[in-house]
Amino acid sequence: MASLKELSTKQEGLVGGHRLCAGCGAPIAVRQILLASEYPVVVSSATGCLEVATTIFPYTSWDVPFVHSAFENTAATVSGIEACYRSFVRQGKTDKKIKFIAFGGDGGTYDIGLQALSGALERGHDFLYVCYDNGAYMNTGIQRSSATPRGAATTTTPAGTAVPGKQQHRKNLTEICAAHGIAYAAQSTAGRWQDLTKKAAKAIEVDGPAFLNVLAPCPRGWRYPTPDLLSICKLAHDTCYWPLYEIEDGKYTISYKPKEKLPIEDFLKPQGRFRHLMAPGNEGLIAQLQADVDSEWERLLRLAGE
Amino acid sequence: MSERILIEGNEAVALALKLIDPDVVAAYPITPATEVVQKFAEYVADGEVVTEFVAVESEHSAMSACIGASTAGGRVMTATSSQGLGLMWEMLYIAASLRRPITMAVANRALSGNINIHCDHSDTMGARDAGWIHLFSENTQEIFDNMIQAVRIAEHPDVRLPVMVCYDGFVISHAREVIESLSKEEVQSFVGKHKASLSLLDLEPKTVGPLDLQDYYFEHKRSQAEAYKAVPGVIEAVGQEFGKAFGRSYAQVEEYNMDGAEVALVALGSTNGTIKDVVDGMNESGKKVGLLKIRAFRPFPAELVRASLSKVKAVGVFDRSMTFGGWGNPLFTEIRSAMYGTSGNGCCCGPCIPILDRVYGLGGREISMAEIEQYADEVLAVAKGEQVELIDYIGVR
Repeated sequence: MASLKELSTKQEGLVGGHRLCAGCGAPIAVRQILLASEYPVVVSSATGCLEVATTIFPYTSWDVPFVHSAFENTAATVSGIEACYRSFVRQGKTDKKIKFIAFGGDGGTYDIGLQALSGALERGHDFLYVCYDNGAYMNTGIQRSSATPRGAATTTTPAGTAVPGKQQHRKNLTEICAAHGIAYAAQSTAGRWQDLTKKAAKAIEVDGPAFLNVLAPCPRGWRYPTPDLLSICKLAHDTCYWPLYEIEDGKYTISYKPKEKLPIEDFLKPQGRFRHLMAPGNEGLIAQLQADVDSEWERLLRLAGE
Repeated sequence: MSERILIEGNEAVALALKLIDPDVVAAYPITPATEVVQKFAEYVADGEVVTEFVAVESEHSAMSACIGASTAGGRVMTATSSQGLGLMWEMLYIAASLRRPITMAVANRALSGNINIHCDHSDTMGARDAGWIHLFSENTQEIFDNMIQAVRIAEHPDVRLPVMVCYDGFVISHAREVIESLSKEEVQSFVGKHKASLSLLDLEPKTVGPLDLQDYYFEHKRSQAEAYKAVPGVIEAVGQEFGKAFGRSYAQVEEYNMDGAEVALVALGSTNGTIKDVVDGMNESGKKVGLLKIRAFRPFPAELVRASLSKVKAVGVFDRSMTFGGWGNPLFTEIRSAMYGTSGNGCCCGPCIPILDRVYGLGGREISMAEIEQYADEVLAVAKGEQVELIDYIGVR
């Protein structure tokens, strides 16, 4: 794997000047993933923060071939691009080795784009799908998605006097993707560059579909001070709220095991979206969140043979 | 060499696809267009095409994959119908806005609800504002020929717009007719090599489909609108060239027995074949009825319609779809709009002739020759000053 020094000399695929917020995890993740590729890439993106903030006509931050068409279809769009590439290779119209990456937020992936993603994974296109998961529809103003964690306040699951935020457990998209029998699925984070670039390089190398679910915190939606991005990521891993792991040909590997597994409150407390949970009477919700985290972590340890 | 073959409408589409041999076909099965996908899959399975066939999981993904493949620089085709076209709706606009020269066969079928698998034009009429070129086919020969011409029209450098080739579901899609087929060499020589205006695979950094706000979006729509001005000339030129090469010429409209006609009927699709028989019979008994067949519905050939219909005293339009709550139905409103007020100062300087609208055949309801003749007689009576309902139905209880 390339060192940070080596990566710093590579040409960036996503350059500065975009309008993503300070403290946003998405552009960090995208830059590191693009830097990890040994091959030229073509990028497709779903509608979302990443797309609207990087392509405001007549400007663009993408220094690679990039296409966006709609919200729910980036996996289908990349299917078409990859199919055309295959056709060209078969006809001898190109001999370049090119890789294809689709980016979508959790709204565009867990929810509205799930069908297109499932179809593309099943068809076996050679592409990497990256979900930058910030746990809500941040682009339209922090509405809940099926990636929103239990208890979080969003603008469609507000912390009211009768209902304290989102009541449902979040969907496990990484497992859903892995269940398609793809060669590589993993969870990573914008907060650990080595983990992310290593996994991105592996995922890109796979001949066939690969999936990366990348935790990409959002200061607006999660309500944390913008300099705290990396510490929020670290708490997500140290509490095992966001386990870092890989599934390679069905084999589970835990990428990071905290020396001391912190209580979920440590992840919740710095974030405004969970503030209401700290009020007396909501201890039950926190206990349930802790139980969600524990059961998933134990499941992963078991599957990884640890 | 051209060869006379007995073939179903859908198979004729698949055969055209095989002979064109595009880089990518992304499609999803739907009645009554399913056989297109099935037959084409056989060609793929038997190695008769170089095409990468993407058997997508929905029509939305079909059009999304077509847009992706076209943006990658490929020649791209698909087929659908009815609800499938409805599911593509969002992507139809994007395909046209990104100026993607995709060709799509559409077996016209009613829209739900209630669910009905038979012919009417509600599906493509719902997409008439999406920016696609719409070519209607009267019979199987025309589907086959339109598919081949559509590639040239779509990819013309002055056009670069998607084309849908419309043909009546079941009426033509499942009817076996004898057509003059073409050889692969003839088709390849006619369509030529695809010269992509854009290719993500050239690896040059480019951003396709950006966020376009108040400061540029309007100009982009305005420049898109400009592209449609070139289309009529290209449709005519390609239709003439096709005629020179293969003996069957095509235009935007077709006049049938319009010389000396007192009244004209106007229709889209397979009903034109039946109307031609009725017109023949009525002409023999001295009734001066002609037909104006609309082949290109988008862009709408307003000047040709005006020139043709200005010669008659009354017009009877056949609409096989409805605009609920609108005043008159899709083909009628286009015809009326073309016929009145041709200058910008608002005066009515068009030919002030009565134009009737009759909705027929929804959900596959048959229209008989007797019903067509009865309507033609009504239009003849209106030409002589009789008053009838302006907008009405044929063949409904």
